[in-house]
Amino acid sequence: MSEAVSNMHVASGFNQRRSLRIARTLRQIHSTPLGAIGVVLVTLIVLVAALAPWIAPYSPTAISVTERLAGPSAAHWLGTDQLGRDLFTRVILGTRTAMTVALVSLTAALAAAIPLGLIAGYGPRWLDGLLVLVFDSLSSLPMIMFGLAIVVLLGPGVSTVILVIVAYSVPSYARLVRAQTLSLKARDFIRAEQVMNASSLRILFVHLLPNVVGPLLILACLDLSTVITLEAGLSFLGLGVKPQVPSWGNILSDGFSVIRNTPVPVLVGSIPIVLATIGFTFFGEALRDALDPKLATEKSA
Amino acid sequence: MTKQTPILEARGLGIAVGTGGGIFFAGRKLDIVMDVSLSLRPGKIVCVVGESGSGKTTLGMALVGLTPPTTGEIRFDGAPLQDFSKASFRPIRDKSALLFQDPASSFNPRQRIGDIIAEPRRISGEGATTSEAIASLAQLAGLPSSLLSRFPHALSGGQARRAAVARALSVVPRLIVADEPTAGLDVSVQGGVMNLFLDIREKHDTAFLIITHNLAVARHISDELVIMYLGRVVESGPTAEIFRNPQHPYTKALLDSEPVPDPRHRRNEPPVIGEVPSIFARPSGCEFHERCRFAQSLCRSEAPRETAGANGQRVRCHFPIGQAVGEPALAIA
Amino acid sequence: MSTEQQQTRPVLEIDELSISYGGRPAVSNVNLTIQPGEIVGIIGESGSGKSTLAHAILGLLPSSATVSGRALSLAGKNLLGADGPAFRSVRGPGAAMVFQNPMTTFSPLHRLGDQLTDLLWRGTSLSKEEKRQRIVAVFRQVGLSNAAGRLSNYPFELSGGMLQRVAIAAALMMRPSLLIADEPTTALDVTMEAQILHLIRELRAEAGVAVLMISHHLGVIAEICDRVVVMYAGRVVEQGPVEAIFANPTHPYTKALFACEPALIAPGVNRMPVIDHEALRRHADERKTA
Repeated sequence: MSEAVSNMHVASGFNQRRSLRIARTLRQIHSTPLGAIGVVLVTLIVLVAALAPWIAPYSPTAISVTERLAGPSAAHWLGTDQLGRDLFTRVILGTRTAMTVALVSLTAALAAAIPLGLIAGYGPRWLDGLLVLVFDSLSSLPMIMFGLAIVVLLGPGVSTVILVIVAYSVPSYARLVRAQTLSLKARDFIRAEQVMNASSLRILFVHLLPNVVGPLLILACLDLSTVITLEAGLSFLGLGVKPQVPSWGNILSDGFSVIRNTPVPVLVGSIPIVLATIGFTFFGEALRDALDPKLATEKSA
Repeated sequence: MTKQTPILEARGLGIAVGTGGGIFFAGRKLDIVMDVSLSLRPGKIVCVVGESGSGKTTLGMALVGLTPPTTGEIRFDGAPLQDFSKASFRPIRDKSALLFQDPASSFNPRQRIGDIIAEPRRISGEGATTSEAIASLAQLAGLPSSLLSRFPHALSGGQARRAAVARALSVVPRLIVADEPTAGLDVSVQGGVMNLFLDIREKHDTAFLIITHNLAVARHISDELVIMYLGRVVESGPTAEIFRNPQHPYTKALLDSEPVPDPRHRRNEPPVIGEVPSIFARPSGCEFHERCRFAQSLCRSEAPRETAGANGQRVRCHFPIGQAVGEPALAIA
Repeated sequence: MSTEQQQTRPVLEIDELSISYGGRPAVSNVNLTIQPGEIVGIIGESGSGKSTLAHAILGLLPSSATVSGRALSLAGKNLLGADGPAFRSVRGPGAAMVFQNPMTTFSPLHRLGDQLTDLLWRGTSLSKEEKRQRIVAVFRQVGLSNAAGRLSNYPFELSGGMLQRVAIAAALMMRPSLLIADEPTTALDVTMEAQILHLIRELRAEAGVAVLMISHHLGVIAEICDRVVVMYAGRVVEQGPVEAIFANPTHPYTKALFACEPALIAPGVNRMPVIDHEALRRHADERKTA
């Protein structure tokens, strides 16, 4: 077994062109107008999230009672909230919160879903039946009720939000991996591996995994926007990250309580959510089109 | 002496699959291949010929364990397989290669041709997988080494077939099972692939089991023919003898159906009419009787047994051509 | 239109036709004439341009193709530079096509009877019952047993051979002057192939339809064609009566193609010849410079 694993790397002198392929894919995404919008927005959001502590002009929790609910000014570009905290700072750091929650939860979900789906699709039948039963039961739970129940049990916080998202997305990703695996399993190249006496581990990790990951990453990219909205939604309800932590949902929630005085905080909280949703959706769709070999050849022909 | 030990021998092989079974209903067993016996000696080329539904591909897949047989016996290199489990096929798989009908589909679309060719060596841990070693394998199969860094979809039909052969040669095989190796190839490319098989046989004494519907190719390349109809072998024997003197009416119809590239030899009538019956509704008696122009009442009621005919041919027919056609005809008159 | 006129005027006239994709030539300077009731075969390997030529006749080329030449006329209608509606008017009564794979010729969701009735959209004067009878008649003509019953069949209920008969019936029903058959037997078993070839020959005798038969199989061409056109790299390298070409091929490519045909190689020879495309290219270059 260990020999099979050590032999598993696909490295050799035959793949010097991988970087070229990535460059071509990016060019292809860029070549459609919606794709270009997606790329710009995604790049912007990722940069802001990564550099948040350096860009932010103030501390997100610095309270200034004298400047409560100030409108946009030179000192506070987007104004302040009901505690006099700088909204621009909170939006920037909120981006970081949103991206952290989204990336951590989706990575965790994929990390759990890929092996489960592969095992269900390629493993023995009884195990497949059992896993499918678990996936179906989990995804039949109503999302919001399920989320509320977990929050009540564990208390609000970033890790609770991540847990809710993971628990909810694992079944759907695992089912996708399983379906892909089942259809790949019947393909000649997997049968060819079997005839060559390849171990199941080798078939799973060298041959099935790379063919399964592509579509999955695209789906995850499209799901990023859902996850971002979900985090904001839970935070808005007070079930997500703690109130003092800057997050788009918290800005919205705080703004909502003062909407009779000023609409600015609500607007400031919702615009990044809209931009992120649009950005990741367009980017994901363009990525899907660029990576689909059939669509790609049709376009170049 | 060892030359005479068949590398692969099958006795009374049957392959059935269950269909329509559920928790509450017992499924039906559907016979795809029935009572097939064949033997393949080193350096020999045997062609299994038949139309769609003849079970020839299923038979080929069964011999390497992809569709395990349900009955019968397989011996590899003289040693019988214990059962038809995945593990029992290991010795066969270690020493043989399967060429799929569509070679491109038998390659991982995300691997490069060079890695695909190296795959058997990586699995077995035998033989070098350096780029030089792989390039020399490609050269043996007549594949330009510039294609080694390509992905499978960039190859033409002929190139993909050569890549598949290069992969097969990666671990020197004693047996190559090839499913329709000429399908979809132009005649000029077809000849090249056949010559490659002959080179391999010459060099390594490899035995070939070629599954094909291309009679013209079978005639030139094979030493022996196995003609299948609806899952059974209806006739088998030395290729030259079968072409010279087909004894089963189906064999004759099959040989006569192949259009001759000579406008002076046109047929006035199709040699056989109708089509292969469905395996869901096997005809009674001899399965060919509905289409056979020599069929008698015996053929409708009783399935013929395989008998040894002249010149090493074996034929499954009550009234083989050239033997007893006249007599029952008299009985009817 | 009198019968004499029909006999004198060719069904298909192609004069110096060239087709290219973005400057890359696919078919170059092809001349081809088909008389009524004639069966003409085009033989060539993949990439020879034979299918491109057939698609050009019916206006089935992708929009990226550029077609030029002196003449392309079908049943007396000029199609050079024709637009969509012009081709639409000629598909059916002018020429109909039978494709290689009968399994993908029909929509899997609709009954064969409905699909064929739809093809009779031109016959607005026909009642539903008349259309049905015309389909049943043409089903009988192509040798389908239980012709009336087949109308309610779905495509998957029929075998490939039977579906190819239905496809031929669908083509004939529109009473075309020319039937274009693109490798119609390649996907079929050899005993079925013999039956379909026989059918095409019978239909020519009965209905007088001209046939353009595209094949890579010398046996198929020899079996039913009157004339044969040999294509290589987009050009017609040789054409003439089938007996003459098969008895005495003159172009080096035709010779090489015949030499590769396994059925023409003496039994007992097992080394197969291959075509040296390099030498053929040299030959072509020499002729150009000469």
